[in-house]
Amino acid sequence: MISDKINESSPWYELTEGNKIYEAATSRQFKTGEWRTQEPVHDDEKCKECYLCVPVCPDMSILVGEDGKLAFDMEHCKGCGICAKVCPFDAIRMEA
Amino acid sequence: MAIRERLSGNEAVAYAIKQINPDVMPAFPITPSTEIPQYVASYIANGEIDTEFIHVESEHSSMSATIGASAAGARALTATSSCGLALMWEELYVAASNRLPVVLALVNRALSGPININADHSDSMGARDSGWIQIYAESNQEAYDNFVQSFRIAEHKDVKLPVMICQDGFITSHGVENIELVEDDLVKGFVGEYEPEHYLLNANEAMAVGPYAVSNYYMESKRAQTEALHNAKRVILEIAEEYEKISGRKYGFFEEYKLDDADYAIVIIGSAAGTCKAAVDEIREKTGKKVGILKIRVFRPFPEEEIAQALKNVKSVAILDRSEMFAGTGGPLGAEVTAALYRAGMFKEVVNYIYGLGGRDITVSDFEDVYDELARMAQTHEVRDNYKYIGLRE
Repeated sequence: MISDKINESSPWYELTEGNKIYEAATSRQFKTGEWRTQEPVHDDEKCKECYLCVPVCPDMSILVGEDGKLAFDMEHCKGCGICAKVCPFDAIRMEA
Repeated sequence: MAIRERLSGNEAVAYAIKQINPDVMPAFPITPSTEIPQYVASYIANGEIDTEFIHVESEHSSMSATIGASAAGARALTATSSCGLALMWEELYVAASNRLPVVLALVNRALSGPININADHSDSMGARDSGWIQIYAESNQEAYDNFVQSFRIAEHKDVKLPVMICQDGFITSHGVENIELVEDDLVKGFVGEYEPEHYLLNANEAMAVGPYAVSNYYMESKRAQTEALHNAKRVILEIAEEYEKISGRKYGFFEEYKLDDADYAIVIIGSAAGTCKAAVDEIREKTGKKVGILKIRVFRPFPEEEIAQALKNVKSVAILDRSEMFAGTGGPLGAEVTAALYRAGMFKEVVNYIYGLGGRDITVSDFEDVYDELARMAQTHEVRDNYKYIGLRE
């Protein structure tokens, strides 16, 4: 994994040339969830599993489990609130 | 046998591009563009080279496409001038920080306003902190020679930085001069094939270019980039030495013209050095006064110690800038050469002149006046104004 080779204790001469990364899908290692100031709270009772929130999430942080239930990837959710806005059943609310 | 020709500076650089036969050239004809992309487009249309020419909608896009092509693994270049370079600004930094060995043929011309497209260094001097290697030419011959060497420097494993090959608008872009071209096969052998170790089109290796790197990585990234620029100093000299073997022409960081025994020196960049040489010859013949020139070829990386060493025996120095820095203190070359002398512990009489802005002519007699002033300064140890103009109506 790239973060084993290059991390916040790496001196400048250990960075790759131009910071190029020779590995795929490394953005998963970048925890954008740290940026969040508000987080979505999902109400399972109200949720009709319409999944309107899933495609609008800009961080692909709303996952659908095998049982059809929603799961939120809080390591990458930036707390933008689009899911709460789009939900027709008020099943998602944003909390500070 | 070398090919003897007479070519404009634009033709000379386009000919070098033809001999190199690069993979991709995106370009846009902003006013004031140059004939360089036009000549290259003709070579392609005539089937003389197989470069992919990309018609883009602006210079912002031409540099972006050049960067994209280079990251993909192609040998890529573009050409521009004046405000075309200004429109590339954002991408210049991206090319350098992503360590992409692209080359830019830059014809130095003034930036607006007032609206002006004549010879002036304000375009490339404005880009001097972008991380690009900058190499300047006095003549069409030098522009050609520098261009042939450019990809070898840019693509060197210890460098991997973009290179800007600069020549003066109209004077050494449209002006026609006698020129000696290196034979096609020699250029081909010298430049070689570009075989990048990592590139986006390599199906066998996943790769990402230009990642996000905030405060926890940005500073280390910039320091690493600086190291490549340090390495470029050694590489530029090695490539020049190799080029001398196929061309017979010698290049370094700068040219010292009658500087060995000189008491008074002018430091200058570009085509005006030719006029300055005529003044030096005339002064030496008529008065015996020991005058000389240090003509900068490589401005980035800045050969600070070498410049100071070359000037160590002179009594007074005039540094001539063809661009304003708008610090109220002179021009960029003036500031950097003065700093070079100071850091080397050399405290001489130094004066900085601004000349030739927006294509204003500079003559042999102007240079004679500068050398007179240098002689006076050396004698009186008095600098009247450390920053002044040549050829300004006042």
